[in-house]
Amino acid sequence: MSAFRRLVLRDLRLAFRQGGDAAMVVGFFVLTIVLFPFGVGPEPALLARVAAGILWVTALLAALLSLERLFQADWEDGSLEALALMPLPLEAQVLAKCLAHWLVTGLPLVLVAPLLGLLLHLDAAGYPVLVLSLLLGTPSLSLVGAIGAGLSLGARRGGVLLSLLVLPLYIPILIFGVAAVEASIGGFAARPHLLLLGAFLAGALPLAPLAAAAALRQALE
Amino acid sequence: MPAPSPQPPLGFAGLRLACRRGERLVFAGLDFALPPGGALLLTGPNGSGKSSLLRLMAGLTRPEAGHLVWNGAPIAEDPAAHRARLHFIGHQDAVKPVLTVAETLAFWAGMRGGGDVASGLQRFRLAALAAWPCRLLSAGQRRRLALARCVASPAPLWLLDEPANGLDAEALTDLLAAIAEHRAAGGAVALSTHATLPLAGAAELSLTAFARRAA
Repeated sequence: MSAFRRLVLRDLRLAFRQGGDAAMVVGFFVLTIVLFPFGVGPEPALLARVAAGILWVTALLAALLSLERLFQADWEDGSLEALALMPLPLEAQVLAKCLAHWLVTGLPLVLVAPLLGLLLHLDAAGYPVLVLSLLLGTPSLSLVGAIGAGLSLGARRGGVLLSLLVLPLYIPILIFGVAAVEASIGGFAARPHLLLLGAFLAGALPLAPLAAAAALRQALE
Repeated sequence: MPAPSPQPPLGFAGLRLACRRGERLVFAGLDFALPPGGALLLTGPNGSGKSSLLRLMAGLTRPEAGHLVWNGAPIAEDPAAHRARLHFIGHQDAVKPVLTVAETLAFWAGMRGGGDVASGLQRFRLAALAAWPCRLLSAGQRRRLALARCVASPAPLWLLDEPANGLDAEALTDLLAAIAEHRAAGGAVALSTHATLPLAGAAELSLTAFARRAA
């Protein structure tokens, strides 16, 4: 088994044994979305108008919740130091950890989002694109978030710092994610927005691990 | 200290090393040589830079001045090759509470391309605990598990930061035996210690001589 796969499997195993992260992220996602009909009122027309935005913003915040722990536990118990000295380059290790993070937190969000769309009276035309845009966008959330998680390592109140660092970088993902869903509901082509989401992911895939690995090396100095 | 020899010796060596932590110059002008099969005992009071030197040797930090060479080639030229030839066991044990002892060792050995997990467990008397989740281990047992990583996947250079911390007399014997086997096979080891460890033919490097006052 390659070292890359081994690291992914270890992180998945840790996530399942600890059981916290995935459940917490999905729980946060569901509960927050359920709050909106209480807050803005149960009018279907109003909810349908803001459904795409609410789903995307909440998905973004839910992903952010779990990012603080991405390197924190490994950093605290010395695993990160040991990992940095393994033959597998740190950049590849960051990619492996992002993949595991996405499988545990991003993928469940993609799967429950359509159900929550029902709750918000999302227009029927929006569902396929909602799932597709989240599929393309949530991996970027994990990747870009890894940079923030690396930079905020060791900082007091790292979670707040992480949000301040990462949320501005999430804006393009949010804009094109929501725009894709709205376009499909309005009868326009969602393709350009999805392509831009894909381009963002294609850029983040090589660049985010480079930046995050540099941040981790800095933290280990 | 003696000037660096013109013919670079076989093994691991540091030439005129200086280390800075933040604003503070921890040590400067430090030379060491660690031939294959050799052992280097780092001694000195708290804060004299034993851990800093080990982290420098591992390549986790870069020296402020001077350089480290392996068989005559600077390690900065090929960090990946240097990582592949060393084991670094720091203060922390890198043990996950929810993984079992065997899983932990198998993971770390696997990250280095495989190894002999059973012999690592055997060497530090962990075989009976193999199926235990690590959260049940005592501090000494966790330390033994960390040290077992060195035995489970071979590497020519061991860098051990206070390896004897938390070990009982029996485990200390295991550690010394593991180091002796490693050296007999041509491996080198550098370790920091407060206790006096009976290592045959070990060179002692006291960091007090190189300590610098706060800059």
